[in-house]
Amino acid sequence: MKLVVAIIKPFKLDEVRQALTAIGVHGMTVTEVKGYGRQKGHTEIYRGAEYVVNFLPKLRIEIAVSTELADKAVAVITQGARTGQIGDGKIFVTPIDHALRIRTGETDSDAL
Amino acid sequence: MGALPRHAASAAAILLIATIISLLATPAFAETSTINAADTAWMIAATALVLMMTIPGLALFYSGMVRKKNVLATMAQCLAAVALISILWVAFGYSLAFVGDGPWLGTLDRWFLVGMKMDDINPAARTIPEALFMLYQMTFAIITVALVAGAVADRMRFSAYLLFSVGWFMFVYVPLAHWVWGGGFLATMGVVDFAGGLVVHLSAGTGGLVAAKVMGRRHGYGTENLAPFDLSLAVIGTGMLWVGWFGFNGGSALTASPRAVMAITATHLAACAGALTWGAIEWSTRRKPSVLGMISGAVAGLGTITPASGFVAPWHGIVIGIIAGLFCFWACTSLKQRFNYDDSLDVFGVHGIGGMTGTLLAGVFATAAIGGTSGLIEGNPQQLLIQFYGVAVTLVWSGGVTFILLKLVGALVPLRVSLQQELEGLDISQHGEALQ
Repeated sequence: MKLVVAIIKPFKLDEVRQALTAIGVHGMTVTEVKGYGRQKGHTEIYRGAEYVVNFLPKLRIEIAVSTELADKAVAVITQGARTGQIGDGKIFVTPIDHALRIRTGETDSDAL
Repeated sequence: MGALPRHAASAAAILLIATIISLLATPAFAETSTINAADTAWMIAATALVLMMTIPGLALFYSGMVRKKNVLATMAQCLAAVALISILWVAFGYSLAFVGDGPWLGTLDRWFLVGMKMDDINPAARTIPEALFMLYQMTFAIITVALVAGAVADRMRFSAYLLFSVGWFMFVYVPLAHWVWGGGFLATMGVVDFAGGLVVHLSAGTGGLVAAKVMGRRHGYGTENLAPFDLSLAVIGTGMLWVGWFGFNGGSALTASPRAVMAITATHLAACAGALTWGAIEWSTRRKPSVLGMISGAVAGLGTITPASGFVAPWHGIVIGIIAGLFCFWACTSLKQRFNYDDSLDVFGVHGIGGMTGTLLAGVFATAAIGGTSGLIEGNPQQLLIQFYGVAVTLVWSGGVTFILLKLVGALVPLRVSLQQELEGLDISQHGEALQ
């Protein structure tokens, strides 16, 4: 089992969700986050006062998938979230030791 | 047929006796009632509009421009101004400002509205009940005190704010209102200020500037990101101020009359011209017209037309709005940076500069056919000089008294919250609440 964590541009969420649903990923967790990478921030001006905003809004998507589906999931997220512009985000994949569905008590691959 | 004249004669006798009795019973300044239903209806509506300008208009306008941790504290200042100043106005403010026409101050004849009967009138507004005139003027006192708070937003202790507000109301607002509107020395000199360029905007702006200087800058000013929490709140607040201003300037005619309509027309056009001007300057110098810029321009136009509305023609409103946009933009950007004061929400830049500019422009554009006064363009340069005098008196009085008051209040309680409280936010440190 793998946990795929993707940081993407907020307006790309729907494309990513549709692509994941199409390959059989039926659940995800989305969090509004702020951060910066190579894109750095941008400048905002309020009545002449300039502020550099370092942290830009992004979405953090988490999906838990079987090991064999992980590469495919990463591929479709990449395809769905890419604009080619700086700031498209990153994807991290980590192993999952154990999973459990709270309602039924099912574990590991049955719980995904 | 013969009965009619006899009835008429006895009715006349009764009326005469009643008049004599009522003359004996009422205070010296009360006049025979001439209350007009249309005027009364309009002034009730105008009073409600001006109250709406403070809550929620100004509360939203201001709190949308502060950081999230200070939103409730900023709203609290507007709310407190409504509650506190209303009581003080009834207690003594109204009487000292609008009852009696001494050069410096009115009298206490109407303290706690003593002796005010339902159909009494104030000589300043003969066609509406005195209680309505009192209420209408109350809403002006409220918003003026609330306006000052914008200059010290994000850092003033709530207890100090309350003490300062009481003093500022007593020693700055009430005398100025009397001098300009209550038959005081500025009124006698012929200073024209239709709805409060001097009494409301310049006095609040100057008070704000001095308060911002005395209080010192916010922690992180010029180094940290102090961006507004939610400008959409400020846009909603601006809309309420704008609509409310129809009552503010239109109501200052004190009658449901063509002059009220003329004032409203000039007011609306000035707001539009101000918003477009500020937006256009930003578009050409910074490549994007900001929403904050457009609402700032609208409020600048509204503040600037305030003293002139009711004296000028509609197209003058457009000219005054453009000038307001130019001057206030300059004040909020260049002037503020040059002198490095932290007037948090630009009370001086928008209201101070606007009120001053508008008062002088009233002396330029005043049209006899509209307000009965001629200005510079109608060949009366004298009026402009009189307006200069009004501006100078207001600047000196509001600035000086604000300074003294803050020193006095500062001796009683600390004016500022502690650094820790400022970092934590005034919502939680002053009121024990916070937006989640």
